[in-house]
Amino acid sequence: MGFLDIDNATKSFGKVEVLHNVDISVQEGEFLVLVGPSGCGKSTLLNVIAGLEEVTSGEIRIKGEVMNHVHPSKRNIAMVFQSYALYPNMTVGQNITFGLEMHGMPKSEREKAMYKVARLLQIENLLARKPGQLSGGQRQRVAMGRALVREPDVFLFDEPLSNLDAKLRVDMRTEIKKLHQNLGTTIVYVTHDQIEAMTLSTRIAVMHNGHIQQLGTPNEIYNSPSNLFVANFMGSPSMNLLPVRINVEGNDVRAETTNGKSETVNLAFHNPSASLREFNGKNVTLGIRPEGLTDLEGADQRSKHVETINNTVDVIEPAGSDTFVTTTLGNTECIGRMRADTSLKPGSETSFAINMEKAVVFDPETEMRIA
Amino acid sequence: MAISSQDTAIRTGRITRTFIYLVLMLFALFYMLPLYVMVVNSLKPLSEITGGGMMALPQVWTIEPWLKAWSTAQVGVQATGLKPYFLNSILMVVPAVAISTMLGALNGYVLTKWRFKGDTLLFGFMLFACFIPFQIVLIPMAMVLGKLGISGTTAGLVLVHVVYGIGFTTLYFRNYYTVFPTELVRAAQIDGAGFFQIFWRILLPSSGPIAVVSVIWQFTNIWNDFIFGASFASGNGAPMTVALNNLVQSSTGVKEFNIHFAGAILAAFPTLLVYIVAGRYFVRGLMAGSVKG
Repeated sequence: MGFLDIDNATKSFGKVEVLHNVDISVQEGEFLVLVGPSGCGKSTLLNVIAGLEEVTSGEIRIKGEVMNHVHPSKRNIAMVFQSYALYPNMTVGQNITFGLEMHGMPKSEREKAMYKVARLLQIENLLARKPGQLSGGQRQRVAMGRALVREPDVFLFDEPLSNLDAKLRVDMRTEIKKLHQNLGTTIVYVTHDQIEAMTLSTRIAVMHNGHIQQLGTPNEIYNSPSNLFVANFMGSPSMNLLPVRINVEGNDVRAETTNGKSETVNLAFHNPSASLREFNGKNVTLGIRPEGLTDLEGADQRSKHVETINNTVDVIEPAGSDTFVTTTLGNTECIGRMRADTSLKPGSETSFAINMEKAVVFDPETEMRIA
Repeated sequence: MAISSQDTAIRTGRITRTFIYLVLMLFALFYMLPLYVMVVNSLKPLSEITGGGMMALPQVWTIEPWLKAWSTAQVGVQATGLKPYFLNSILMVVPAVAISTMLGALNGYVLTKWRFKGDTLLFGFMLFACFIPFQIVLIPMAMVLGKLGISGTTAGLVLVHVVYGIGFTTLYFRNYYTVFPTELVRAAQIDGAGFFQIFWRILLPSSGPIAVVSVIWQFTNIWNDFIFGASFASGNGAPMTVALNNLVQSSTGVKEFNIHFAGAILAAFPTLLVYIVAGRYFVRGLMAGSVKG
């Protein structure tokens, strides 16, 4: 049993089921990020935890107590909304203390709590202002202040950074992470931004079509995606997924594919598993992250197995810190991540290092991971 | 090339603008003419009007007709002037406007933020109330007022106008609250605010523009209403419009046109005042409801 349990939760709107038997157990102090494309049910799941929607079946428990029919205000949760949802007619101070007032806390205590939170978020000078007079970042802080002041068991964040500009978003991301580290609160955070998910979370739940696709640490999700959807969704640029044929020769297992000139290329797997051997002669999908497809100097020095191939460079995309190089493998455009100062030209031939230790294989029919 | 074409644009602009302003001034004059006639004739002795000088300025300026219209003219049985009927109208309009606006706001709140099955259909029915002609409900309404024992009273008129106004006020507030962010209501729910607390503390304080629209609309309609006033209020309980009619229609003696003009202006004065004071909020409120979203 965890701190927050979502036990076999299902949610339907009329005949449409938007959450299918979701099972998540969140431990105290965890930072769980629900991530997925729009319409995947992540916001519905958050609303179900908040009590703004009721589950159709299953149970929501906080600290072991069943919350299914408990009013949102009595679940001891606080929520930060995408639009911040600051009350436009109240000052920042009133916004922060409104929840406490509704819970009948005396005025002196309310103010004490307000100043404490304002100091923590450095918004003391804004307390007398109305939300309309604040910038996006300030509103964001006030919205967090309103949540923090309640000292809830669970914090719920619904895409809180998506209305901020790119630079501010990165700053606030760090700030939220800092806040979590300092306060050790339990947080459930919804986003469609996989970088936010990776950087903030202690665990990620990748959702798609109302199903949890994979639940794991950022490292697990990134390096061992359990299916094609997770592999494709997480990471930017996304994982290269190319069709290959499995050939087993004694101890070795090779992936056979073609390069840009339609010549056959063989890539030997590192420590091939028994399940991979069973696919001998079959077509599978090979997954290689852009950082696993590099120039020879850029190859991971600690990798136990790097394959080298020659291939044609199709497109060069300098991104400042790296240069993304597009090349064709198995009739699929693959993106490799190279050094920033690479001198490659489009159309030229070069050597690519492929980190086979990190390569993953999927069954194209079931879309599930094989190895 | 670009500069010369800009030049012509300015020149034609000047000519067109002069023309437009001329036409507009003509229209304005045309619309102001009746008001001029009323004001001018209310300020001269009767002999000057009957003498045939309708358009002329008064030779002798007097406020006598205004005083008579207000306090001594023969309206009902007694020579009370319009004063008591003016008070009747105030006593009818203020509660009727306040109650119908509050109920409209509450309806709009429920119809947008506490959606239930069939709410759109219900709203459709309420909208229908806006299109029912007054004459159709006269007899049923008379029966209801009779059953309630408030026929012929100001309370009865208040009820009639509230019932008739809810359709409009609900329409205004519902459309306004549709674009009011639901996340605010949800945030307030999580903060522990109840149904009425959310209404009072979150929604109403942000409803200024639409409340102004609702108040102006209701005030003008109820103040200017004649048919309900004539049907459901009798004698001393009649509102201003009915009293004005009685003043003008009284068949005894000479027609005192100067007093009639003064009385008509008095009857129109409150609605004029409301428009002058809150007119710009009216337009602003209408825009806020329709453009946002």
